[in-house]
Amino acid sequence: MAHVTRGGGMIIIGLSFLAALVLTVIPLPSWMVAFRPEWLALVMIYWCMALPHRVGILTAFCLGLILDILKGAVMGQHALALVVVAFLTLKVYQQIRIYPMWQQALSIMGLLILYQVLIIWINGIIDVRSSAWNYWLPIFSSSLLWPWIYLLLRDIRRHFGIK
Amino acid sequence: MRFIATFVLAILLMTLDHRFQYLKDLRAAVSVVAYPIQTLVNFPVSAGEWMDESFSTRESLLAEITTLKTQQLLYDVRLQKLAALESENMRLRHLLDSSFKVGERVLIAELLAVDMEPFSSQVVLNKGSRHDLYPGQPLLDASGVMGQITKTGPLTSTAMLITDPHHAIPVAVNRNGLRTIAIGTGNPDELDIPHFPNNADIQVGDLLVSSGLGGRFPRGYPVANITHIEIDPGQPFARVTAKPAAELQRSREVLLVWPREPLPHAAPEPAETEEEQP
Repeated sequence: MAHVTRGGGMIIIGLSFLAALVLTVIPLPSWMVAFRPEWLALVMIYWCMALPHRVGILTAFCLGLILDILKGAVMGQHALALVVVAFLTLKVYQQIRIYPMWQQALSIMGLLILYQVLIIWINGIIDVRSSAWNYWLPIFSSSLLWPWIYLLLRDIRRHFGIK
Repeated sequence: MRFIATFVLAILLMTLDHRFQYLKDLRAAVSVVAYPIQTLVNFPVSAGEWMDESFSTRESLLAEITTLKTQQLLYDVRLQKLAALESENMRLRHLLDSSFKVGERVLIAELLAVDMEPFSSQVVLNKGSRHDLYPGQPLLDASGVMGQITKTGPLTSTAMLITDPHHAIPVAVNRNGLRTIAIGTGNPDELDIPHFPNNADIQVGDLLVSSGLGGRFPRGYPVANITHIEIDPGQPFARVTAKPAAELQRSREVLLVWPREPLPHAAPEPAETEEEQP
C-alpha cells in the first residue's frame, strides 16, 4: 500500500514531468531528431527510484496517455511501455540506487531497450512503417544523459527536501 | 496487482483505439491536458514572430505594403476575368444540368510547432471541434492540398499529410482529366502514383488536381506535379512519382475547407463521375 504524504514536493515532481513532456515534443533541427532522448522515461525512472512510495505505476500510466496524445500514437502505446518500465524499476530500485554511476547508466540502458522494444512491437502489430535503426539511437543518447539527469534531479530533490 | 490492471487496461485501450475508434471522447479529454504543453512548446516560435512583427522597421513595412499592393492589383485583374469565366462556366453547367458549385466555407488555422512521431507525417493545428472541425476534413495551403484531419479535440486537432504512407488521395491529371490515386511515401517531397498504365498520356511537369471522387476532398485543387516517369516494358504499370504542390514543410498557416455538403463520410458523387471522363 502506498502511504501518500500529500503536499510537499508534488509541484516540483509535476514540474519535472512537465519539462520532460515539453522536451519530448519541442522542435529540433532535423539531424538531431533521431537522437532525441526519451526524456519522460528517464525522469519517470528517476522518481520511481528515489520516491517509490509516491511515484509509481498509476503515474506512469497517466503520463503515458498524455505522451500518446502528444506524439499522435495509438492510445496506450507509451502508457504500456512506461508502466512496464516503472514496474521493473520498482522491483529493482534498491539495487540500482547503490550502483556506481556507470553501472546505473547500464541498467537504465537495459530498461530503455525494453521500453523501445515494446514500442516497436506495438508499432509492428498496428502496422506503422518505420526504420528500426532510428529507434536505437535514443537509447544511447538517453543512457549518456542519465548521470546528468540523475545528479540534477537529486540536487533538486535534496534542495526542496522532497521525501 | 496495480501493474497487471494498468497493463491490461493499456492493451485494451490500444485495441479499442486501433480497431474500433471508440475512444474519441477519451482522446478529446486527454488532448485538453496536452494543449497547455503544446502551447508552451509553441511559445518561443510565436513569441519570435510577435517580436519580428512589433520591431520591424518602417521601411520594411512600407516595402511589404508596396509588394502586397502590387500583388493585390495583379490578383484583381485576374479576378475580373475569373468572375466572367465563372459565370459563364455556371451558365454552361446549368445547361448541362450539373450540380457543381464554386465557393466553399473556409477557415484559417495555424500549425503548432510540435514534433510528433518522427516517421509519420502528422501535424497539430490550433483549431478543434469547437470550431466545427471534423475528422476527414480537407486541409489546404496557399499552393495546394496538404492533407486531412484525422483526430479532433476541443481546442486542437491532428492532421495527416498527403505524404504519409497511410494516405491516398484521388487525383486527376489537369491537362486531360485522366484519373488515378496518389499515395504517400513517407518522404515529404514525394508522392507515388502506382496505377498509370505504360501507355497512359502523361508527361513530366503535369499538374495533378484533386478529382473530388471519394467525396472527401473538394475537386480542382492542385495536389502535385509529376517529377519522374519510368517505363519498364516488363511491368504492367509505369513508375510515376510526383512532388506535392503544397509546401508541406514550410507552411504555418493552413486553410480548412468545408466542402459543399458538410458530410464527413459522403458517398462518391455520381454527377461528377460523368464529367471526369476525358
